[in-house]
Amino acid sequence: MDYVIEMLNITKVFGNFVANDNITLQLKKGEIHALLGENGAGKSTLMNVLFGLYQPDGGEIRVKGKSVKITDPNVANDLGIGMVHQHFMLVDTFTVTENIILGKEPKHGAGTIDIKSAAEEITRLSELYGLEVDPYAVVADISVGMQQRVEILKTLYRGADILIFDEPTASLTPQEIIELIDIMKKLISEGKSIILITHKLKEIMEVADRVTVIRRGKAIKTLNVAETNPTELASLMVGRDVVFKTEKKPANPKEEVLKVENLVVKDYRGVDKVKNLNLSVRRGEILGIAGVDGNGQTELIEAITGLRRVESGNITLVGKDITNLKPRKITETGLGHIPQDRHRHGLVLNFSVGENFVLQSYYHEPFSKIGVLQNREIYNYANKLIEEYDVRTQSAYEPARALSGGNQQKVIIGREIDRDPDLLIAAQPTRGLDVGAIEFIHKRLIEQRDNGKAVLLISFELDEVMNVSDRIAVIFDGQILDIVNPKETNEQELGLLMAGHKVDRDNHQQMLDQAVKKEGEE
Amino acid sequence: MSKRWTPILIPVLAVILGLLVGAVIIAISGYNPIVGYAQLWEGIFGDSYVIGESIRQITPYVLAGLAVAFAFKTGLFNIGVEGQLIVGWFAAVYVGISFDLPAYIHLPLAILAAGLAGAFWAFIPGILKAKLGVNEVVVTIMLNYTALHVTNALIRSIAKGDTTEQIAQTASLRIPFFEEITQYSRLHGGIFIAILTVIIIWFILEKTTLGYELKAAGFSQDASKYAGMNVPRNIVISMVISGFIAGLAGAMEGLGTFEYVSTKTAMTGIGFDGIAVAVLGGNNPIGVVFGAILFGALKYGSLNMPNPPAQIPEEMISVIIAVIIFFVASGYLFQWLYEKFSKKKGVK
Repeated sequence: MDYVIEMLNITKVFGNFVANDNITLQLKKGEIHALLGENGAGKSTLMNVLFGLYQPDGGEIRVKGKSVKITDPNVANDLGIGMVHQHFMLVDTFTVTENIILGKEPKHGAGTIDIKSAAEEITRLSELYGLEVDPYAVVADISVGMQQRVEILKTLYRGADILIFDEPTASLTPQEIIELIDIMKKLISEGKSIILITHKLKEIMEVADRVTVIRRGKAIKTLNVAETNPTELASLMVGRDVVFKTEKKPANPKEEVLKVENLVVKDYRGVDKVKNLNLSVRRGEILGIAGVDGNGQTELIEAITGLRRVESGNITLVGKDITNLKPRKITETGLGHIPQDRHRHGLVLNFSVGENFVLQSYYHEPFSKIGVLQNREIYNYANKLIEEYDVRTQSAYEPARALSGGNQQKVIIGREIDRDPDLLIAAQPTRGLDVGAIEFIHKRLIEQRDNGKAVLLISFELDEVMNVSDRIAVIFDGQILDIVNPKETNEQELGLLMAGHKVDRDNHQQMLDQAVKKEGEE
Repeated sequence: MSKRWTPILIPVLAVILGLLVGAVIIAISGYNPIVGYAQLWEGIFGDSYVIGESIRQITPYVLAGLAVAFAFKTGLFNIGVEGQLIVGWFAAVYVGISFDLPAYIHLPLAILAAGLAGAFWAFIPGILKAKLGVNEVVVTIMLNYTALHVTNALIRSIAKGDTTEQIAQTASLRIPFFEEITQYSRLHGGIFIAILTVIIIWFILEKTTLGYELKAAGFSQDASKYAGMNVPRNIVISMVISGFIAGLAGAMEGLGTFEYVSTKTAMTGIGFDGIAVAVLGGNNPIGVVFGAILFGALKYGSLNMPNPPAQIPEEMISVIIAVIIFFVASGYLFQWLYEKFSKKKGVK
């Protein structure tokens, strides 16, 4: 067999913790090999071993048949291994070319940097792999998707022919994901080999040739993607059966909880982002908002929660006008908010888990009395929620920073749901989480609905919106373009709506065909 | 155990290393480090007089360090402690010489005046930052100079000279008993005020909702806003409290050490040294006490080093203090070395 990389029986131990237990991973030339596992399963450790950041305690690494010792990342580079990191390592104020050549600058005879020949080489590589990168653009000015391509070019420029992609789609828009998948296919057709670290099953099914599933530090199985399905992969990854289609009873909507009328909101640059938007959410239903990022979702949530000024229009919560009230007033009126960015808004990362649990309620009894914190009450409460929401942490005193993403999200969700708000806003509640955590969170949202509360779900993941919502409102250019029933719609229709094509139900199929055709011509 | 002890271990290691490096520097410069350090020790602990003076020196450092540390905990860098101290000093002396009151009113009133003056001086950068987003570092630096020259002008106008008269004894922090047991050093009762302030600030930061909000704003303004906290108000409160503490440091000098105020050609330096004290103390109220003890003792004890037989220039001790602070400030280096060392032993 023609393997470019063989990691044989790799074991890596930290103290008493076995991060990698006898894992074998073999990468064929010209394949995309997915590495699938939950957060904390040991994927990153394994890749850090391959990239020379950790030394294995046992096992052997072979590159192109030869046994090697990868003592540091430079050795990995020399062996043709390149890593595209999840968090980009780019200098914002440098141009694309300057970033790519950093540490490996071509020089003129006099010792000055030869930017021109570097830029030419980058243009050549960019064209070869269809990356369409402008070598003279400044990194701060280009999109996240483009920045990722710069990271890819960085590895190619250094002559890598084995590329490791670490969770590459975590921060990309749906359109950028499609483009990335094309790029990966192009890389393969030019003779590169790829290891794809991910916990998104859909991507694996779409792009990978083989997949190795890792669970709790052990390699569970390696399968051909053509011979498996998402259900099998999910249960292998989590170690039990996972329900994809979240089970739920039919909704039983009652009176209106949230009413948004003719809302206008500007973004930070002063541009109208929400334009005369109308919306209503009732008790006992989950209203999903689908849309491409940047169509006013963020501004809409910030306006409802009081974090951004409303220019005109009205917001009513449980019959009370909350337009332009202070966030705390709105929260106390009956709002729970799972924010889009859990690190920036949802948690004070340096605070303990316990302190984070009372972030919205520390100022009233029993958590404080006449301005003095009651730590015993706070930590009793925290321990109760840790139990209830299955937060995996050493203790309630651990800083929130030390928790994995899924557990951090559970802290936020526990805090917001336990206050029992009439309206729960969940913005991208499962971003970056693995299937086990996603399943848990979806169940909680539905439970909230079944308890007669209203839920407003904002998500860029179509699957999530279609699965969980009782009604789907499609937002486009700051307005609700249409409201559809998830049982009567499909991804194509939603996709069109999200792109701004209002669908005429009578001529539905006809429109669809036309649009697809038109897109094809472009 | 490693995690629990690192906050203590790192400063201790830093001090030892600083003294060692200092010894090398002294030796290279052609002096005898052992004799020098012996004289330093004598200068701090030699007799009851120097012990009293050392504590006297430590007192304002505790408060200045606490002022910096408090602001820092809440995400603000108050470089204006120096200026706040200067106006506090002036206000304390002004009240001390202008009123004729019984001691139990006069002294608290003078101390309060110092705190309020410092608080007002810090309120200016606080409100500018809260309302207009003006960087507090720039404003506080400028206000240091303003404080220096404004108080100089005020002193000249009320004293008709460069030095005011002595404060009334009803406003003094001096305690006759302390003077007697320390061979009439300038040790005064301010150390109790400093310790009490440390305890109050520790309580505010760790045990109250106010401290919770201030720290939350320090760690993440976005999360604070999300949780409905009034971040601009908290910025102002934080600066005002920090300035109040700095003003108290001024009262220590005005009501305790000197009992008068005179015009200055330059800053006192105590406020700036407060930054170093806060770093030494890891921005922790209790840590600041130890930082101030170290800093104040070295500062005062070093005055004995130029005496024979060591005859080490005073500047040398500044170098050694700087080296110690350098080692503590680069605590990350120690942490890194420490972790690397533990990893090799497979402890992690």
